[in-house]
Amino acid sequence: MSDFPSVKLHVVTGKGGTGKTTVAGALALALAAGGRQVLLTEVEGRQGIAQMFDTPPLPYEERRVAVAPAGYSGRGGEVYALAIDPEAALIEYLEIFYNLKRAGSALKKLGAIDFATTIAPGVRDVLLTGKVMEAATRERRGGGRLYDAVVLDAPPTGRIARFLNVNAEVAGLARMGPVRQQADSVMNLLRSRRTAVHLVTVLEEMPVQETIDGVKELTNAELPVGGIVVNMVRQPLLPQEALTAAAAGKVDSAEIDRGLKAAGLDNTRKLVEALSAEAVEHASRVMLEERERASLRELGRPMYELPLLTDAVDLSCLYELAGKLSEQGLV
Amino acid sequence: MTRSPGTTTPSPGLDVDELLQTAAIVVCCGAGGVGKTTTAAALALRAAEQGRKVCVLTIDPARRLAQSMGLTELDNSPRAVAGVDAASGGSLDAMMLDMKRTFDEIVLTHADAQRAQQILANPFYVSLSSSFAGTQEYMAMEKLGQLRATGSWDLIVVDTPPSRSALDFLDAPQRLGRFLDGRMIRLLLAPAKAGGRGVMKVFTAGLSVFTNVLNRVLGAQTLKDLGLFVSSLETMFGGFRERADKTYRLLKEPGTAFVVVAVPERDALREAAYFVDRLSEEHMPLAGLVLNRVHRSAIESLSVQRSLAAAEHLEETGEGALAAATLRIHAERVSAAARDRHVAERFRAAHPGVPVVQVGAQSTDVHDLDGLRRIGAELAVAS
Repeated sequence: MSDFPSVKLHVVTGKGGTGKTTVAGALALALAAGGRQVLLTEVEGRQGIAQMFDTPPLPYEERRVAVAPAGYSGRGGEVYALAIDPEAALIEYLEIFYNLKRAGSALKKLGAIDFATTIAPGVRDVLLTGKVMEAATRERRGGGRLYDAVVLDAPPTGRIARFLNVNAEVAGLARMGPVRQQADSVMNLLRSRRTAVHLVTVLEEMPVQETIDGVKELTNAELPVGGIVVNMVRQPLLPQEALTAAAAGKVDSAEIDRGLKAAGLDNTRKLVEALSAEAVEHASRVMLEERERASLRELGRPMYELPLLTDAVDLSCLYELAGKLSEQGLV
Repeated sequence: MTRSPGTTTPSPGLDVDELLQTAAIVVCCGAGGVGKTTTAAALALRAAEQGRKVCVLTIDPARRLAQSMGLTELDNSPRAVAGVDAASGGSLDAMMLDMKRTFDEIVLTHADAQRAQQILANPFYVSLSSSFAGTQEYMAMEKLGQLRATGSWDLIVVDTPPSRSALDFLDAPQRLGRFLDGRMIRLLLAPAKAGGRGVMKVFTAGLSVFTNVLNRVLGAQTLKDLGLFVSSLETMFGGFRERADKTYRLLKEPGTAFVVVAVPERDALREAAYFVDRLSEEHMPLAGLVLNRVHRSAIESLSVQRSLAAAEHLEETGEGALAAATLRIHAERVSAAARDRHVAERFRAAHPGVPVVQVGAQSTDVHDLDGLRRIGAELAVAS
């Protein structure tokens, strides 16, 4: 059973290096399982999705990048991907709402679009989130593929509240007019039960602190906080008692010595000491991770853990991670 | 230089102490989350304790690291760091960049009081100064130029902003300059120059489409605010460009050195490689690559296979749970070390001339001067 049954738009954020794009990809695959259609979008021009799914760079066009196992209906699930860039989104917007296709290309030649999105980053964010909203709220009639869910690989935790809180960003610039209207309708979707913002982190001090700050900022902006995805989790290898002792710098080297002998290894002093030192470092790492996990728990949000993958992340790993997200109820 | 296929030229090590003795500016750059701030702080502390007068300019330090350096308030000017060993005659000051304040200061320097107030209050200025994609990079460079101009320090170490792409940092000053000089700005200025009237007369037919569209999309009031903002900024354009160019030249001077920071992971090293290539294209002086969080083991001769086999044996016979666990910890560590070495080797093969120094993975986060000293000492050991 999913923890977020009403959610249609899943926004995934996280500090750089925490694997936010990987989690967004895995989430899209998990959502597509059972024959559903899912759109995975990115807005930072990094082409992270194309790299992850090992496809050529994505144009401003919805392309199928992966299939998910078929459900009872017998229809396979599909993940489509779209790299949204503000310029293309603006031209599309002018075309749809004002029938100004030619004006769009004239503006492009003048460098007006670059200008507008530079001088007013809030306007750029309205265009990006506006396109995501359009995909998430498509209806039976009218253009475009219908999706069961949309996943947004969003800007990092440090900027997420600001990025999503487009109203506040635009309000100072445009008190009325179409851009303002667009910002208002984006805000309605983002603040509704149909949206959840998930935060990806690893168990280290800075990413956890940023996650806590991010949750606070999202809450203040009345944006719906979803789950906390703890990525790259390592298994503690020492039994609890030995772990506590080792974290305090105490390792029973006589016991290691006996064990090495029993296993037929050279139980030299150097080896025993080096193994003890490695055990101490492992234990202090585990304790640190436990402390960070406890601070995350205090947020009172559902938590999901994904294991550290020892090999480079490829498509098969994504399916594995997708399975873990489903098992734990995120999907 | 040609190299025969099949042979690998070993990369030179990075002589950190030599660098810290001779450089006037060290710029640490790299992808987000690779330990740039910690590396910058460790380099600065080491140089200070070796006798140089050092200032470190950080962008967004972890809270506890900031506290350990006395960076509790954001006041946009360097403060002495307590607890630095000054026996060799050096000193360390640190500051955290306040982007908006730096921008405000430029406005106040270049415009008369009345105009400056107009600019500071304009909604477009507020938006531009606090969230323009390149403002942070530009202001970091601006602040570097200011600090350098005071002549108070032998060495300034700069930590670059956590850009989406590390390259933004090099491009930002020029992009801002280009932006301020752009056609759009001149278009928006045209009506003001024509005495604030007769917009349509000045604009050709194509351009009237432009204002028409802007009016419809942004609304008339917004367009008016924008026009006012641009015309009030006009007097400062020259100043902006000049400063951006000056800072860019500063980065090319002989006393400047770039240190690229990365971790042994594919994405981070890809960014690092881009940066290394880009620096060489721009003839920027690259000192080398710092590879953080490298896994190592003092006993790599005990292989993964033997450790795991021994651990399994001990678990089956029940002879030593602790020894089995430590062997598994060791196996994990050795395989991580092998993986890191492999990734690092690939980078070295592609960039044979770039000096590399490696720093081991820390079991806890670094947030005091002792921790920074340890990192500094590791950096100084040629790898």
